[in-house]
Amino acid sequence: MSGYLLVAVGALVGAPTRYLTDRLVQARHDSLFPWGTFAVNLFGSLALGLVTGAVLSGAASSQWQLLVGTGFCGALTTYSTFSYETLRLAESGARGFAAANVGLSLAGGLGAVYLGSELAKLF
Amino acid sequence: MGGSSRVTERVPLDVVAVVALGGVLGAEARYGAGRVWSTAAEAFPWTTLTINVVGCLVIGVFLVAITEGRPAHRLVRPFFGTGVLGGFTTFSTYCVDVQRLLNHGQSAKAVGYLALTLAAALAAVAGGAGATRWVLRRGAGAR
Repeated sequence: MSGYLLVAVGALVGAPTRYLTDRLVQARHDSLFPWGTFAVNLFGSLALGLVTGAVLSGAASSQWQLLVGTGFCGALTTYSTFSYETLRLAESGARGFAAANVGLSLAGGLGAVYLGSELAKLF
Repeated sequence: MGGSSRVTERVPLDVVAVVALGGVLGAEARYGAGRVWSTAAEAFPWTTLTINVVGCLVIGVFLVAITEGRPAHRLVRPFFGTGVLGGFTTFSTYCVDVQRLLNHGQSAKAVGYLALTLAAALAAVAGGAGATRWVLRRGAGAR
């Protein structure tokens, strides 16, 4: 299968999953914190850590990297919405939330990647 | 941001469809850029950094233009903002890039990449939003 097709199939699932998860999460809390984007970025980082680890160890083929990594995880996670929501928090005076969003997203995202690559060793 | 009224709303399938379509276009652009400007495992990931910063600049311009400027059709924001730009930029690859540089003993590069992406992305979204507001104010003043 061509790389472009694998990426398309992954993104076709990943982008709506981000939209639907954000919608679901944001409807369930009244906090200013953008938990929806935070959740998809963490889950996508966990999944990409897992897939990348599995491909590096030879447990999964490089086609999985394109389908699940570049396509699904790439479209599921977002830097643009993360930045925009951080800007909105800072502009609205919620600077503590803006700083927490940055700190928790970076620490959580990196932690999720490492957790994913540890899980990949189980294969 | 939260709105409990949305709990009972049905999922708008046309929005899901345009998010999916936009997401595919954004992801293909990112994949294509990665093929043209591929970076070695130990190299500074300039391609992913550029993709994320450009996406942040564009979302700052775009969302201010449609929320504070001229209102757009209801599918424009989900298609372009959530779909195309969300599919183009990536948080997971950013985190995996940092891990890969650390695994290759490139800790200075890893920290530099982590910090530079964040600083440039936030500057880009704020700059894009600020410049668009300035243009909108000039436009309003000219009328």
